[in-house]
Amino acid sequence: MAAINREQVAHLAQLAHIEMSDDELDRMANELAVIVDSVKSVSEAAGADVPATSHPIPLTNVMREDVVGHVLTAEEALSGAPDSADGRFKVPAILEES
Amino acid sequence: MSTDTIVSFEEAMEKYDPVLGFEVHVELNTKTKMFSSAPNVFGDQPNSNVNEVCLGLPGVLPVVNRKAVESSILIGLALNCKIAPHCTFARKQYFYPDTPKNFQTSQYEDPICYDGWIDIELADGTVFRVEIERAHMEEDAGKLTHMGGATGRIQGADFSLVDYNRSGVPLVEIVTKPIEGAGSRAPELAKAYVAAIREIVKNLGVSDARMERGNVRCDANVSLRPYGREKFGTRTETKNVNSLRAVENAVRFEIQRHAAVLDSGVAITQETRHWHEDTKSTTSGRPKSDADDYRYFPEPDLVPIVTTAEWVEELRSRLPEPPAERRKRLQADWGYTDLEFRDVVNAGLMDEIEETVAAGATAAAARKWWMGEIARRAKLADVDPAALGVTPAVVVEIERLIASGAINDKLARKVLDGVLDGEGTPAEVVEKRGLAVVSDDGALQAAIDEALAAQPDVAEKIRGGKVQAVGAIVGGVMKVTRGQADAGRVRELILATLGVEG
Repeated sequence: MAAINREQVAHLAQLAHIEMSDDELDRMANELAVIVDSVKSVSEAAGADVPATSHPIPLTNVMREDVVGHVLTAEEALSGAPDSADGRFKVPAILEES
Repeated sequence: MSTDTIVSFEEAMEKYDPVLGFEVHVELNTKTKMFSSAPNVFGDQPNSNVNEVCLGLPGVLPVVNRKAVESSILIGLALNCKIAPHCTFARKQYFYPDTPKNFQTSQYEDPICYDGWIDIELADGTVFRVEIERAHMEEDAGKLTHMGGATGRIQGADFSLVDYNRSGVPLVEIVTKPIEGAGSRAPELAKAYVAAIREIVKNLGVSDARMERGNVRCDANVSLRPYGREKFGTRTETKNVNSLRAVENAVRFEIQRHAAVLDSGVAITQETRHWHEDTKSTTSGRPKSDADDYRYFPEPDLVPIVTTAEWVEELRSRLPEPPAERRKRLQADWGYTDLEFRDVVNAGLMDEIEETVAAGATAAAARKWWMGEIARRAKLADVDPAALGVTPAVVVEIERLIASGAINDKLARKVLDGVLDGEGTPAEVVEKRGLAVVSDDGALQAAIDEALAAQPDVAEKIRGGKVQAVGAIVGGVMKVTRGQADAGRVRELILATLGVEG
């Protein structure tokens, strides 16, 4: 597995619209590289015959009934948005000018 | 927008064998969303049916909607699928503003329903079996509106607005296996397949199944290969084709476009295409490439779903009669011709006629009223006949009033007017409007004498044996009684008055 480099972190940050400084990019690239290495050692330990684990506890069928519960108002929903218009989230142009 | 060269459909069919594949997304009509208790309601104020889960805020935990799982299993059973005893959810990762958490919760390697089939009957009765690869559970995305730019399309937009009310609405994605051998029936089969899926989910009651609202959306895959070759050609996927007619047209167009590209010796680019209703054509979307690596992995916040045989069988016992079988049974019961029955189906009146017959009307009478006066009035009012406001009970009561001789067909139409004007039941309308047939012979005799006096030459003809001339006198009587006489009785009385044998 290739280590995570700074460029990849910068690309992800851009996709996720997370503003990151140069220092933060350096630090995050290092931290993610450590995580990737840790995952790699798990992958080495688990053979092809071991299915991917999604949960350490053997729980199944955790479900709720189809009953309306907690709802936010539109104002509350938009309160954390960087920008909004017409009661909706406003996002930058999705496609670059071509 | 570039215009693609196409060849005629017939020309394309001479050289190439089309292979189809469909992904149909069905929005379930649960009260709440797939993984949160926020309401699943169409058309509300933007962002008013959301909570932290639908907005993908950090730290939230999704919880599966049991009803949505059951609806998914019902769809699988109706499509003759196997139901997985054990299945999981997975994260499908991509960055796009309609999906605020940057992944769609879906199923990947172990869909809840798999290996099914459905028989599709084409207009001429040809039955075509479509095999179902899988039907899996997932969630819908928010709705984007592209602002600025000339067309409202994403190209050239200055910014986009997002409404997350649809975010998290339960979806079942039904994926077919490659459909081979449809030949020139491919566009027709495409339409019939989507129509059948829509009908099935509506009949199950698990979706509102309104295509104009996006409850049923189709991605149509098309590829061509020279006849006799086993290997499939390169396919294109036309996204979000949202009416039955558009499905048929989009498949036809892609066949014609592929054929032109292949004829010119160029390879088909594997890509998504967008259907445009205005130009009845598709344009290139984005090429499928390594950008399509969704990096699926098991959803750590949702535990697996285990379906016991008991649960599945309980759900199977709830399955309604399949629509195609129901149609066959009803047509046989009612004794309608193929044409009569098809008209009823196309008018969307099968349920109404079934209820009307169940309430005591004959099949012929039910058809006469629903397909006649009611359909005519609905057309004038520009509504569906079923939505006009006439109930099966009204039709049955009107028929009873006619059968008892209380009213005739002409008066019955006035009774219908009264019912639609909110004047009450048919019997009440007859009472209030004074519409009952004049059955008092004394009153009729006076009207007959008057009519005979007004047309002495006609009276003479009848006396002379020209019995068919009686119609003119009957007409006169009906006019005087404002249509409230029993025409048969009037005829008898006229002939008796003139001493002529009917």
